[in-house]
Amino acid sequence: MDLRTINFKNKDVPVDVLTSAPASVFVKSQHDPDDLWDDSRLIVNIGPTHPAMHGTFRMVARLNGETIEKSYCEFGYTHRAKEKLAETKTYHQFVVYTDRLNYCSALHNNVTYAMAVERLMGIEVPERNIWIRMMCCEIARVIDHLICIGISAVDLGAFSFFLYGFHQREEAYTLIEKLCGARLTTSYTRIGGLMHDAPDGWEKEVKAWAKQTRETIDEMDRLLSGNKIWCKRTIGVGVFNREQCMEYSFTGPPARAAGLDIDLRRDTPYMYYSNMEFDVPTRSNGDCFDRYLVRLAEIRESLRILEQCADKIKKGPIWSEDKRTRIPEKEKVYNTMEGMIHHFKFFMNGFQVPEGEAYTAHEGANGEMGFYIISKGGSSAHRLKVRGPSFWHYQGLSPMTEGAFLGDVVANLGSLNVIAGELDR
Amino acid sequence: MNIKQQVVTNFGSELARFEADWRSQVERIKARFKEAVEGISFPGTDFTDVPIVRVKPTSLIELLSFMKIEAGFDYDFCADFTASDESPREPRFDIIYNLFSTTRHNRIRVKMGIAESEEAPSIRSLWAGADWSEREIWDMFGVRFEGRPNIRRILMDNRWKGHPLRKDYSIYSYQIFPNPEPPYPEYLEDE
Repeated sequence: MDLRTINFKNKDVPVDVLTSAPASVFVKSQHDPDDLWDDSRLIVNIGPTHPAMHGTFRMVARLNGETIEKSYCEFGYTHRAKEKLAETKTYHQFVVYTDRLNYCSALHNNVTYAMAVERLMGIEVPERNIWIRMMCCEIARVIDHLICIGISAVDLGAFSFFLYGFHQREEAYTLIEKLCGARLTTSYTRIGGLMHDAPDGWEKEVKAWAKQTRETIDEMDRLLSGNKIWCKRTIGVGVFNREQCMEYSFTGPPARAAGLDIDLRRDTPYMYYSNMEFDVPTRSNGDCFDRYLVRLAEIRESLRILEQCADKIKKGPIWSEDKRTRIPEKEKVYNTMEGMIHHFKFFMNGFQVPEGEAYTAHEGANGEMGFYIISKGGSSAHRLKVRGPSFWHYQGLSPMTEGAFLGDVVANLGSLNVIAGELDR
Repeated sequence: MNIKQQVVTNFGSELARFEADWRSQVERIKARFKEAVEGISFPGTDFTDVPIVRVKPTSLIELLSFMKIEAGFDYDFCADFTASDESPREPRFDIIYNLFSTTRHNRIRVKMGIAESEEAPSIRSLWAGADWSEREIWDMFGVRFEGRPNIRRILMDNRWKGHPLRKDYSIYSYQIFPNPEPPYPEYLEDE
C-alpha cells in the first residue's frame, strides 16, 4: 500500500499522515455552503513519537481553526504481551516484568505484585519488610510526582522548574540504588521478601533526603504556583468534574483534584498506613492546575510518611517464615547438594500457588494500581490482569480536550501523567 | 500449616470489616434476582478475597445498575473490567467486573459466563469508561459486545488475526506487517 494515499469510501485520497491534510478531503463528502467553518477544518496527527506525548502514543484530532472538534487516541505501540507472559512464566519470574509497567515508579508495581501473590498464598511478611516496602512506595511516589509536575511544566515552557526537581529525583534514585543496585528497573521485591535488606543507616539518609526535598518543594512551589503564564495555561484547562471521574474510573491525583476523595492508603488500610499520620489533599475544580497542586501537596504528605517510617523502622528479618517462597541461601547452594537442587527447583519450576483469586489494589502514584490474579494451582497464573491507572486516565483525554485548544492537549496529557509502559502492558 | 487455608496478608481486617455488609448484600441479591444468579462465592469458604456473584448475561445490566444505585450497595465505581478464558468449560469466557464503592470502601466481583458465539451485554450506559475495556476484551479474547458491530482492536494492530489471550493461542506466534497501520479518518466523523 502506498502511504501517501488511503482508500476511503472507495476512492484513493492523498494523506500526508506525518503532517496534516485538509479534513474536507475525507470528513465532508461534499462542500456545504451553509457551514461557515467548512474550509478551516484540518486533521492533525500528534505522535506516536512526538516530544510532547511522553511516550509512544498518538492522538488524531479534527480541528476547527485551533479548536478540537473530535479526536481519537491510539496506543499499543509498546505492547509486550505482559499478561500473556504472566501465564507462561512462574510467579517469581514475573517480578522483573512488573518494573516495566510504570517505569517512573517501578517500586509501586513491584510491591503491589508481591502483595498480590502473597495474598493468594497467605504469606505474612515480617515487620521490617513492610516498613521498607512502605518507604519504597513513598519514595517512588515523590519521584513520580516530581517528574510529572516537572515535565508538564517543561511542556508549557518552564524548563528551570523541572531541573529543581530533577536533582532531588536523582538523589532519590541514589537511595534506591543503595537498596537494589538498580535505579529505574528495580525488581526489588520478592514474593515473601525482598532482594536485599536496606543497608545500615539507610533510613537516616532517607530522612535527610526528605528534609532536603521539602525545601526544594517549597522552592518549586514559590517558583511556579503563582506564575502568571503557568496559571493562564492551566487554570480552567482540561476540566474533568467529579461525575466524569466516576464515569471514567479516574483514581489518584486526577480524581482527587476533582473532589473524588478516595485514597486506598486511607480507605482500605494495608501495610502500616493506618498507623501513619497523613492527609489526603483534595481540590474541587478538576483542572490541570488543581492536579498540579494535588501532586505538590501529595509530595509533602509522602515526605511526612517517610519521616514517620524512618523513625519507626527497626532491625529484623526481611524474609517471611514461609518456606515455600524462600530463595535458598547462596552458602547452601554452593556447598550442599540439597541446596543446589533446591535452587534449581525454585528458579526453574517455581513454587505452587493454591487455587484462588484476588484483586489486590495499591494506591500508586497515578492512581489505583491493581493486580487481579486467578490461580488454578501450579506455578504460573491462570490469568493475570494489570489494572494500570493510565489506561483509564488516557481514555478521558478525548472527552477532556473536546472543544479545547490544541495547545491544551499538551497541558492535559502532562497533568494526567500517562505512562506508555503501563498503558500498553 | 494448611496451605489450602486462605490467610489475607496485610488485608486481614478486610473480611472482619465488611463481612456483615457482604452477607446482607448477598442475601438481598439472592432474594431479588433469584434464578438469574447462578452462584455466589464467599470469602472464607471459597478461595476468593471478596464475594463473587455469578450472573446470567440477560440480567447483568439490571444487577449492575441495582448494585450501583441501591442504598446499602453503592458499588458506584468500576475499578477493573476484564475477562478470562476458561476453556474447555462451556460457556468458554468469564467476563469479570471488579466493583468498588467510593463511599463504603469495599469491593465486590461480578462474573458472567459468555460462550464464544454469544454477544456480551455492554455496560457503557453505566460507566462510559468501560468502552476501552470492552475493546480490550474484544482484542484479547474475541468476545463481542452488544451494539458494537464494528468494535475495533485497541492494543494490537487492526490487521491482526486471532486473539492473543485465548488459551489456544501460542505465545510463540507472531505476525509481521511491512507497512505501518494506516490512519482512520472515519473515526473522526460525527456519529
